[in-house]
Amino acid sequence: MASTELETQQRMDAAIEGVDNRVSEAAAESTFQEIEDDARAIPAIEFQHVTLGFGDRNVLDDLSFKVMKGETKIILGGSGTGKSTTIKLVLGLLKPDEGRVFVNGEDVTDYGEYEMMRVRKNIGMIFQEGALFDSLSVYENVAYRLHEQGVPEDEAEQEVRRMLRFVNLEDAIDKMPAELSGGMRRRVGIARALVGAPQIVMFDEPTAGLDPPTARTICELAIKLRDLEDVSSMFVTHEMNNVEYLTSEYAAVNDEGEVIFEEEGQKLCLINTKIMMIRDGHIIFSGTDEQLTKTDDPYIKRFLRGK
Amino acid sequence: MNIAIRSLLEVQETSLLVARAFRRLFRRPIYLTEMFTQADVIGVGSLTIILLTGFFTGGVLTLQTYPTLKYYGAQDQTGYLVALSLVRELGPVLTALMCTGRVGSAIAAELGSMVVSQQIDAMRALGTDPVRKLVAPRLVALVVTLPLLTVVADVIGIIGGGAVSTGLYGMPMESFFSSVRHGITTDDITGGVIKPVVFALIIGSVACNKGLSTEGGTVGVGRSTTSAVVTASILVIVADFFLAKALQVILNMPGK
Repeated sequence: MASTELETQQRMDAAIEGVDNRVSEAAAESTFQEIEDDARAIPAIEFQHVTLGFGDRNVLDDLSFKVMKGETKIILGGSGTGKSTTIKLVLGLLKPDEGRVFVNGEDVTDYGEYEMMRVRKNIGMIFQEGALFDSLSVYENVAYRLHEQGVPEDEAEQEVRRMLRFVNLEDAIDKMPAELSGGMRRRVGIARALVGAPQIVMFDEPTAGLDPPTARTICELAIKLRDLEDVSSMFVTHEMNNVEYLTSEYAAVNDEGEVIFEEEGQKLCLINTKIMMIRDGHIIFSGTDEQLTKTDDPYIKRFLRGK
Repeated sequence: MNIAIRSLLEVQETSLLVARAFRRLFRRPIYLTEMFTQADVIGVGSLTIILLTGFFTGGVLTLQTYPTLKYYGAQDQTGYLVALSLVRELGPVLTALMCTGRVGSAIAAELGSMVVSQQIDAMRALGTDPVRKLVAPRLVALVVTLPLLTVVADVIGIIGGGAVSTGLYGMPMESFFSSVRHGITTDDITGGVIKPVVFALIIGSVACNKGLSTEGGTVGVGRSTTSAVVTASILVIVADFFLAKALQVILNMPGK
């Protein structure tokens, strides 16, 4: 082999070695990230064999499931099946008779009200009817958590305006809850729950009784939280169009910096949204929307089609 | 569950609520603004009905006792009798009953509505303890304002009695008020101010507990409100008997 060829070969080997080095650095970086990501392996919410009864009836019976970080768990089920009870257990508003409840890997089952207050700071809750404080204005409602924490008024106002912009209701800042429509109340409730950027958000039938466009807006908010804010959430509903929006669309930011909603398909398949169906306190289905539509269970089929 | 066990459980719940409220009173954040607001709503807001009740109660006492006392030739003791009845019994009890109707019902209805519209749950979810934010300020406001309202009722009642004795029976004003001054002792006034403190605790704790344990929507709110007023009224009257006896023993009053 000529000397020039040998040199060339050596340079190539060195170059390849250099590339290899760069790859291994990148791999090391990614390994490092994976170590960080280990935190993501801890479920945001975990139920282990949770049982809760009211009187003689068990509303929840040996319920076990996990909601991973950044995941949205849609909880489906008819009225009175224990959907809302489930999310109240996460917040410690109710305590299980048996079983354990974990939030971010922390066993909160036996926490008293005082310890629970610390856990709740990281959880936002959106109630069925908004549950706004009637005696407080929209501003005071949204700023409630900040006022309680003694945040200076200037900072509180900035945060309140930012949250109200997020739900498209900045104009209603000085109104009283009685002056708002049902959909607006829900959106103020969402803004209030999201102050302080909680990493877990609970939606308790947020679209019940709302017109389709408003319901769609609320689902878009949930999608934005999931895809742009990396929020873990439980979304209690019995409306199938909510399920369709949440399982088939994702939020992204376009080149102009605007939030856009795109359907999953060729480019992306949504894996961060799962469905769980509860009936008589038991989980009768757990999986993706595709699995749900293919199920043979006659009750689920009737639930999906309405007949 | 029979009625006796249910009542005992309710007594336990109410006592625990009061204990929790007072224990948390000294933990931060302390809701001072809320306390002043409640004191204004409960105290200043009740002033009109207390003034009217006090004045006419004093008046009717004179109306009923003057002729009897005159029959025995003791009409110069009218002021003493009216003042004693008012300061020891009627002032504290009537003020407490009026406040049960006005304040107790409002507290039970307000807290009950907050429960059924999930505002209490929302408050807890937002990291606020409803006992500290809602119950403690109301209890403190009642304990502070009810004795003050009672004193107002006593004074206005005596003025009402004086007005009737002078206006209807032609008794000199000085004679009425001098019998009041000579008859009433510090112990009477002390006893008359201790009672409303206990009544305030009864009204506040019963109303808050009934409100917070509301179930069953708007119908439940109505039920809680009625139940709060009835229970607190009965407890005030029953407690008054035992307090009267206890005060007789403690303050060494006549009747021991």
